[in-house]
Amino acid sequence: MTYRLGIDVGGTNTDAVLLDEEDQVISKAKSPTTDDVTSGILDVLAKVLADKAIDRSMIKHAMLGTTHCTNAIVERKRLSRVAVIRIGYPATVAVKPLTGWPEDLKQATGNEIFVIGGGHEFDGRRIGELDREALRRIARRVRGRVDAVAVTAVFSPVNPEDELEAARILKEELGDTPISLSHEIGSIGLLERENATVLNAAVVGVAKATATAFSEALRREGIDARAYFGQNDGTLMSVDYAVRYPILTIACGPTNSIRGAAFLSNQRDALVVDVGGTTTDVGVLVNRFPRESSVAVEIGGVRTNFRMPDLVSIGLGGGSIVRQRNGQVTIGPDSVGHRIQHEAIVFGGTTLTATDVAVAAGHVGIGDRRRVSGLDPGLVRQTQGAMVRMVEDAIDRMKTSPEPVPAVLVGGGSILLPDRLQGVLEVLRPAHYEVANAIGAAIAQVSGQIERVFSLDAISREEAVRQAADMAREEAVRAGADPAAVEVVEVDDVPLAYLPGNATRIRVKAAGDLAR
Amino acid sequence: MALQAIEESGPVDLVDVSEVPDEGLIVPLAMMGAPTVLVEKVPNGEEFPRVFEALKNYLGKPVFATMPIEAGGVNSMIPLASAAKLRIPVIDADGMGRAFPELQMVTFHLAGASATPMVMTDEKGNLVLFSTISNHWTEALARSATVVMGGSAMIAIYPLTGRQVKDAAIGGIVTLAQRIGEAIRRSRIESRDPLAAVLEVTGGLRLFKGKIVDVSRKTAGGFVRGEALFEGIDDYRGKTLRLQFQNENLIAVSNGRVLASVPDLITVLDAETAKPVTTETLKYGYRAIVIGIPCNARWRTPKGIETVGPRYFGYDIDYVPIEERVSREWAKGGEPA
Repeated sequence: MTYRLGIDVGGTNTDAVLLDEEDQVISKAKSPTTDDVTSGILDVLAKVLADKAIDRSMIKHAMLGTTHCTNAIVERKRLSRVAVIRIGYPATVAVKPLTGWPEDLKQATGNEIFVIGGGHEFDGRRIGELDREALRRIARRVRGRVDAVAVTAVFSPVNPEDELEAARILKEELGDTPISLSHEIGSIGLLERENATVLNAAVVGVAKATATAFSEALRREGIDARAYFGQNDGTLMSVDYAVRYPILTIACGPTNSIRGAAFLSNQRDALVVDVGGTTTDVGVLVNRFPRESSVAVEIGGVRTNFRMPDLVSIGLGGGSIVRQRNGQVTIGPDSVGHRIQHEAIVFGGTTLTATDVAVAAGHVGIGDRRRVSGLDPGLVRQTQGAMVRMVEDAIDRMKTSPEPVPAVLVGGGSILLPDRLQGVLEVLRPAHYEVANAIGAAIAQVSGQIERVFSLDAISREEAVRQAADMAREEAVRAGADPAAVEVVEVDDVPLAYLPGNATRIRVKAAGDLAR
Repeated sequence: MALQAIEESGPVDLVDVSEVPDEGLIVPLAMMGAPTVLVEKVPNGEEFPRVFEALKNYLGKPVFATMPIEAGGVNSMIPLASAAKLRIPVIDADGMGRAFPELQMVTFHLAGASATPMVMTDEKGNLVLFSTISNHWTEALARSATVVMGGSAMIAIYPLTGRQVKDAAIGGIVTLAQRIGEAIRRSRIESRDPLAAVLEVTGGLRLFKGKIVDVSRKTAGGFVRGEALFEGIDDYRGKTLRLQFQNENLIAVSNGRVLASVPDLITVLDAETAKPVTTETLKYGYRAIVIGIPCNARWRTPKGIETVGPRYFGYDIDYVPIEERVSREWAKGGEPA
């Protein structure tokens, strides 16, 4: 029997599950998320393995969905200082790099921006020669002042030549300073791709530290598993890959919850309501995957062209603080978080939380109910009503037709919610709902992606797509997917006009379950 | 860009067609080329002042206002951005009542107006002044210049008098766009069906609901030509829709039957939000609703159909107004009567 370990870091708790090869939950645990994140991961790892007489050498895969990178960007902490180099002058200066960035994030990443000559036209001609001298000047200027470099050239997704050449020159000048190249991060759309590339460069250091700590923690527990990081499309990436493209881990948590909810409830299309300790996320399950947001996504106040799950997030969780002012009840957005075990009234504390109200209303039987028996019934009714309305509003914002749909309730805080919600056909509470996110991480598929330029004079488009699909499948299998289960999940082709031979760039992504 | 220009230079006045003085000089401003190029090769910023100055100097007349040439994509915003920068008003009208790919495909052309003198510039500082014998020549020459300039260029075109704008422009287009946006937003707030709201404001008809199973694109002569294949879902299960596009959606064919053709509008909307999906973002797996909207009556004249009918785009079919092609039963998902 082999096992898989899934760990997901949430805002309040870090959750872990151990699954066997039949996807049965062998063990589950929760531990408070710590400020440094890493020690919380160590705690939950020790907990989920405690008292289990399993052979640790049979844990073959360990998946981590973590908020390290998101937190670093949102909190503007531990970010690398980045030299932002854009190649494309005289084009593009109508909108300079880091335009629209919050001032504090600009400062945290060093605000070193440069626009130099070079870059390509859409058809592969040059806008101008790459200004190699300027690159060397920039390198000498930023040496010792930045920790990473982000390079974005105009039309690099069509022709990455200038970014690759820039990386070569910068490496000569700056040695091992990590360099993020935009053509590896995003697609056409200069400003959003550049933003994503700069954010990626800014969290490379955080990602390296996280990867090292995770591998170290596994080793200390006697686990020799292949480690993966969860990415925001619900698939996994190897640790080596995650250290180079850490930005792809952003928002993997909500994705894991939605995927876990789909798995546990066996629903293909439903709403997913994930109630944590501090916030509630409402997402939409479409064909077992989270619905993607169609608008440009903001990360830490910056516009990027990432694919992200479409979510509504509200400040309601098990630890949300309930206050009464002039007869009006307010809930959150602040929360006692994981300190709920000491601070909530039912647990002997003195802070009135959403959980206390749910216990007083008789919906939940946790803690000491007698401690809340003196609460004003009017306050309890009013608070309950307000909580349900908050969630119903969020559900309504995510729905696109008035018809009721099933809703899957997951997350530790979902016990706050009643079995009937307006606009919901049926409330589903699957087993192991409180660790749905960790289960989502553990069952995640592995993907392989290929992006190649094909000449459609020599072969037909169908043949080119077929070849690319085969390569993507091979990539997924190399990353650990079961060859029999790999499916093509995305095909995208962009013709590169006016290049000889009817050149077309084809991108194929394949994903499948891990080989057992 | 429009937001930044307005933030920097202040709000823009929107002027109704009836308020334009007959003798006033109106100069539409636009981007020519591919929007995908524009979002990648962002402008330098000095292009609009440059084309505007060049045209003004050539004509030796002050400019009263600018206006959009078409009601679509970036060209609905560029007049706003440049009007803020140049501190002139924008007229609530355009020359298409929709979007079209070529310079002569405007109602001004049907009314006999000339696209030239026209000025084009790129971010590198190259500037071309066109003076041509016909609007088709303008299109051909300007198109190759755009490609040489790198796939996107800024233009000042069809200098008109206020009288010509009153006679030939399609009025109220900026406010119509605003009303459509408002309808989608309001239906969302009131949790009503956003599709119904869009159909109501535009007078459109539902053509199909389906999942995209294949998209192919080929760039030729500066345009992306392509085709998307939809497999029906819900009421349209078992049917397919083939959508042919050339920058804009041109023809929708379901199982051999033409449902709609240019110059009527064919619009792809997100199946859930009813927000528009452009031809560039059509993607495998996308669930969408395809709707058709009757075009402005000026396009249904013989010269209109000759200029922008299916045959002009290379399709061997006659133009039949969408209201005659699509029965009420089809729009509900049933078999055509």
